[in-house]
Amino acid sequence: MTKSKLAGARALEPIIKIEKKNGEVRNAAYEHPFAIRVTHWLNAIALFVMVGSGLQIFRAFPSFGAKIPQQDLLNVPKSVALGGWLGGGLQWHFTFAVIYVATGVFYIVYQIFSGQSRQVLFVPADIRGVWPMLRYYLFLGPKPSLGATYNPLQKLAYTSAGLLGVLSVASGIAVWKPVQFSWLAWMFGGFHYARLIHFGVMWAILFFVFGHLIMVVLHGWSNFASMWTGWKEDPEYVAR
Amino acid sequence: MDPENTAPPMERTSEARFKSLKRRELLKLVPILAVGAFAIPKLQNPLLGAGIRFTDWLSGKFFRRQHLAPVFANSDLAPFDKFPINGYDLEDPEVDLEHWTLNVSGAVQKPGEYTLQQIQALPRQRQNTRHVCVEGWDVIGRFGGCRLSDFLAMVGADTSARFLQIECADDYYESLDMATALHPQTLLCDEMYDQPLTREHGAPVRLSIPTKVGYKQAKYLTSLKVTSVLDRVGYWEDQGYSSFYGL
Repeated sequence: MTKSKLAGARALEPIIKIEKKNGEVRNAAYEHPFAIRVTHWLNAIALFVMVGSGLQIFRAFPSFGAKIPQQDLLNVPKSVALGGWLGGGLQWHFTFAVIYVATGVFYIVYQIFSGQSRQVLFVPADIRGVWPMLRYYLFLGPKPSLGATYNPLQKLAYTSAGLLGVLSVASGIAVWKPVQFSWLAWMFGGFHYARLIHFGVMWAILFFVFGHLIMVVLHGWSNFASMWTGWKEDPEYVAR
Repeated sequence: MDPENTAPPMERTSEARFKSLKRRELLKLVPILAVGAFAIPKLQNPLLGAGIRFTDWLSGKFFRRQHLAPVFANSDLAPFDKFPINGYDLEDPEVDLEHWTLNVSGAVQKPGEYTLQQIQALPRQRQNTRHVCVEGWDVIGRFGGCRLSDFLAMVGADTSARFLQIECADDYYESLDMATALHPQTLLCDEMYDQPLTREHGAPVRLSIPTKVGYKQAKYLTSLKVTSVLDRVGYWEDQGYSSFYGL
């Protein structure tokens, strides 16, 4: 490995300098390779469909208790349900499950084998950075200096979201195939509880998405655009 | 200044070239728009149909002939009166139980009318299994009857045929893949909780298939045909539900 590669290993992303006509120079970092961007957006679409159609399916029996007597847990408005009826909801859910799983698996495999996972994977070394970052977010402390694309809290959020994604698929398979994958259903406490966990994981993912969208708004246009073009302009972790 | 980040030599580029670089990266994402085909009314049903067929095909691959559905202790059973009655239009199609026979046709050596006594003369099997409804509820019940595979052997069914086509005393109809029909837990069920099947639960004979979702487990059977070609799949399937729906 050459010296420059070693030195660059800390900043994961290729960085270029952009020269304006007036001689001004600024930085841009290629944060998100194509594979990440395409799976991010396809997975986002699939997630949206999975939630809408999942709520449609839930409307058919909005309870986790017995059928007799049935006590509804909550009434999901038809306006947020996708598919029109149970059969339609199932069609959307099964079809987009294929896209959801395919993009999820491709994303995880790519992250691991490209080494890109260092960008988002929360590792033990990140633990000590969580508290200062949390203090900053709660307006209780100064902003910790940022040496990488994502701060420890962001890594924690993204890593948790990935685990929730895995859990959503595993619990979904247990609900879909409680006989062929009886061991999986057993791990979730049987079909009945797998269904409850599948539902709970959806809310946990929605909680992540909610926070994610707030942070996207707060971080501004350059950050949002980077998930489309790959390039983040003026990244704060690269010195000018 | 972080020397580590500034140390590697950086490529320099003009504002104009950077803009075209970004545009090119953005254009690479255009294929994602193909998902928009799901929003086009004319394409929506064929696409979702293909999705269901694919996952049904996958379901068939996951099915293992000798893998048994979990069975439960008597203490896990739901009380009989808490076992839901789920007919699609009526609870009692007024079957004449005295004179009921099951009509058997298609690829069988001995077609004809079979009586309840003939079915009950086959080896008996009782099992506590989970009944899962497509709506999402589930209930553990006790079912008894003969193995459908034993009945198919008695009538000399050609088990290389692909399906059973089933008709019921109400105008419900169903079909079943042969692998599931031959599964050791698939029953021609004539009793629940050790009592003869009640009318609401499908008397005199229904299917009990712990490897399938509820709507595949037809009640009030009247005829059974062994065939490789289905002219219709099932009451719910023909409206868009999964054809295979194996658990």
